Amino acid sequence: MSATTDVTDPAASVGQTTAKGTRRGLDLGRFRELSLVPAILVLGLIGFIVSPAFLTSDNLIGVAQQSTELSLLVLATALILIVGRMDLSLESTIGVAPVIAVWLVLPTSGGRFNGLGLLPQWTAIPLCLLVGVAIGALNGFLILKLRLNGFIVTLGGLTMLRGLQVALSEGQSIVDLPPSFTYLGKASWLGVPAAIWICAVLFAAGGCALAWLRHGRALYAIGGNAEAARTAGIRVDRIVWVVLIIGSLLAAFAGILYSGHYGSISATQGSGWIFQVFAATVIGGVSLNGGKGSVFGALTGVLTLQLVVNVMTLAGVPPLWNQFLNGAIIIVALIISRFASGEKQE
Amino acid sequence: MADSATAPATGIVSRAPVAEATGISKRYGATVALRDARISIAEGESHALVGRNGAGKSTLVSILTGLQQPDTGTLRFSGEPAPAFGDIDAWRSRVACVYQRSTIIGDLTVAENLFLNRQSDAALRPIRWKDLRGRAEQLLGEYGVDVDPTVRARHLTVEQRQFVEIARALSFGARFIVLDEPTAKLDARGIDRLFDKLRDLQRQGVAFLFISHHLQEVYDLCTTVTVYRDAAHIRTAAVAGLGKHELVEAMTGESATTTGADEARTPSPAGAKVLLAVDRLTLTGTCRDLSLSVRTGEVVGLAGATASGNVQVGEAVAGLHRAEGGSISVDGRTVRTGSVPASLTAGVGLVPEDRHVQGLVHDRSVAENATLTVTDQLGPFGTVLPARTRTFAQRMIRDLDIKTPGAGTAVSALSGGNQQKVVVARALATDPHVLVAIRPTNGVDVKSKEFLLARIRGVADTGKAALIVSDELDDLRACDRVVVMFHGRVVAEFDRGWKDEQMVAAMEGVAGTPAAAETEEHGR
Repeated sequence: MSATTDVTDPAASVGQTTAKGTRRGLDLGRFRELSLVPAILVLGLIGFIVSPAFLTSDNLIGVAQQSTELSLLVLATALILIVGRMDLSLESTIGVAPVIAVWLVLPTSGGRFNGLGLLPQWTAIPLCLLVGVAIGALNGFLILKLRLNGFIVTLGGLTMLRGLQVALSEGQSIVDLPPSFTYLGKASWLGVPAAIWICAVLFAAGGCALAWLRHGRALYAIGGNAEAARTAGIRVDRIVWVVLIIGSLLAAFAGILYSGHYGSISATQGSGWIFQVFAATVIGGVSLNGGKGSVFGALTGVLTLQLVVNVMTLAGVPPLWNQFLNGAIIIVALIISRFASGEKQE
Repeated sequence: MADSATAPATGIVSRAPVAEATGISKRYGATVALRDARISIAEGESHALVGRNGAGKSTLVSILTGLQQPDTGTLRFSGEPAPAFGDIDAWRSRVACVYQRSTIIGDLTVAENLFLNRQSDAALRPIRWKDLRGRAEQLLGEYGVDVDPTVRARHLTVEQRQFVEIARALSFGARFIVLDEPTAKLDARGIDRLFDKLRDLQRQGVAFLFISHHLQEVYDLCTTVTVYRDAAHIRTAAVAGLGKHELVEAMTGESATTTGADEARTPSPAGAKVLLAVDRLTLTGTCRDLSLSVRTGEVVGLAGATASGNVQVGEAVAGLHRAEGGSISVDGRTVRTGSVPASLTAGVGLVPEDRHVQGLVHDRSVAENATLTVTDQLGPFGTVLPARTRTFAQRMIRDLDIKTPGAGTAVSALSGGNQQKVVVARALATDPHVLVAIRPTNGVDVKSKEFLLARIRGVADTGKAALIVSDELDDLRACDRVVVMFHGRVVAEFDRGWKDEQMVAAMEGVAGTPAAAETEEHGR
């Protein structure tokens, strides 16, 4: 019944909007993505009060580095949600893509983990990215060509790909990785980890594409009203497919950074991340219904979540409470962004 | 290719019709949507396409605009064969279309909506937003649309949205535009403004194909009319030489009964019991101190333009809005405002304004939709027994002559008129003392319209009362008495026998209202 009463609102406010329509007013909707910035500042202040170690460059760089892999998944999810879809299998792609790549290049004998040795070791990174593309393309095929339900398809993908990783790696972490594969996760450029630079560049590229490119704007059009986008001449399916591929590609890339960062491919790499990824994206102002939100907003979402964890660690909160607090924070952050932006979240 | 083909369209030599379709057939599975249909629209002509729901109008529109491919038949624009299927840009340079469903994306600005998918010259060239705004301003100015291009489209009124869609459709260079029920969601004033705009465009040589359920609009705007029935072309004639009765006959395939029979009715006696009394009702932002009463056996119209507040008053009676002041009583008892269950118990039935949003659960069956208000009567202890639901629904289907394959069919599979009947069935299911029907014939065909109005009359005849909230003259003509609202106040009341001009003037606030209201209107 609440839907019924909502519907009458536009009719009631017709008189006001006509008056407003011709005036160039301040459009608050434009600043929706900034709604978490005050929260981040407050967190910074709390961190500063709680521990002197917070505002050191070591600590902040550490937080940023730990955010990189998660934030790449958030970037992927933001793009996919804006276009009006979902991809849950991202959290398995981050693990399975590196495993397949490494399995293809590692020698057949001698190591703790024996691969197929089919290709030279330098191809590990391109192979990993290629696997990402293949997973995205497969998801796209199932969702767009066979018209299967995207939520369930990618839920199946999540389980299937995780299983593939466990089967290939025999359930163990792979430690002897090719040096080329670990370079990006380990290297430092100008005193800052390479992963942070790369992440920053990718977010900037994503943000610019969504703001200034026709195909980027098409994401909003498709997510907002796919039928209208189609009548405007946008190739809806093709663009959604490309977005799904880019999403999986980003997840595979996150896998490279993660493996490099920790020097091994863990069997549970990325497991359970998708909840945090969705939470970060949504509190960052991206709508689950599509057509709304920005890459920058999603970034503030990740930073908020990571800063909270960091501040709590510094404050000496017992680790056993972490899970409880993580969930509570997601809900609190949602409430904050709901009232900061003044918009209902369906 | 696009250039060579658009040239003759604007040239002087060409006398070929801007659009001509012959022998068009289209099937969807077992259903024949169009059978050997044809239509031809001359340059600068305003051509109406009428027909009952399901006559094939929408299919023809999607074929004319290149969204669907016909199974057979040929399509020519200004003598040239139609562009290849899928070449959207080429299609849009020949034919523009304002679809029944809005194709405006609410979260994007007006400027971006206008230039969707062509915000920049090339895919990889960044969009220059300032430049885009400028182009949007220019385009809107060209068509005289007074809308700020930087506003988000969802803040626009229905009317402004429609003008934006027209401007966008024509900006591709087409000289022919298809308007699929453009007036369905507009109030009388909006329709006038739309027609003014269309006449303007026509003077510039733009041809129209105008689709509407309102025959009066066809007479007001168009010179030629084509009638479709049962997926086939019936006749094409000049509007001037075609009587209304003849037109309705062509649409329905049978001679229409005149509604004159109603008018012989004797008005209900002034002494009859008051069933619905609205006393000094004040609703925040919409109306102030509004009083109204409906007696047993009476059908009362509550007329008013979109912003007049008449819809809100009707919804308040049904419990959708909480009153700031005043009271509503049904059959002598005061009803708590703002509570739908309270209104239902008091005996109010509601036919809501927009059946798609407020009326129907589209994927559920006719039976479920029709019994949504009476689930408590369908079984003991809160259970809903399928057998009883079915029986109840069968009765409703017979009662309202709903054309459906069965009670279990999903409502989304029905035509507009039959969907509306399901909504009315739901309102009648509780056997209400007072039936509030808001724009009950919105978007339904002539035949269903007559039927629905007669059914509402039937409610009153059984000793109940009905309130029809509408700005539709046909709806109001079916009422014993019409109360007219303007800006939240009652400005006039008419008994039977009013003239159309009087009614429209009252709804527009021209008759008997202070001059202040008038200037306020023009100030917009």
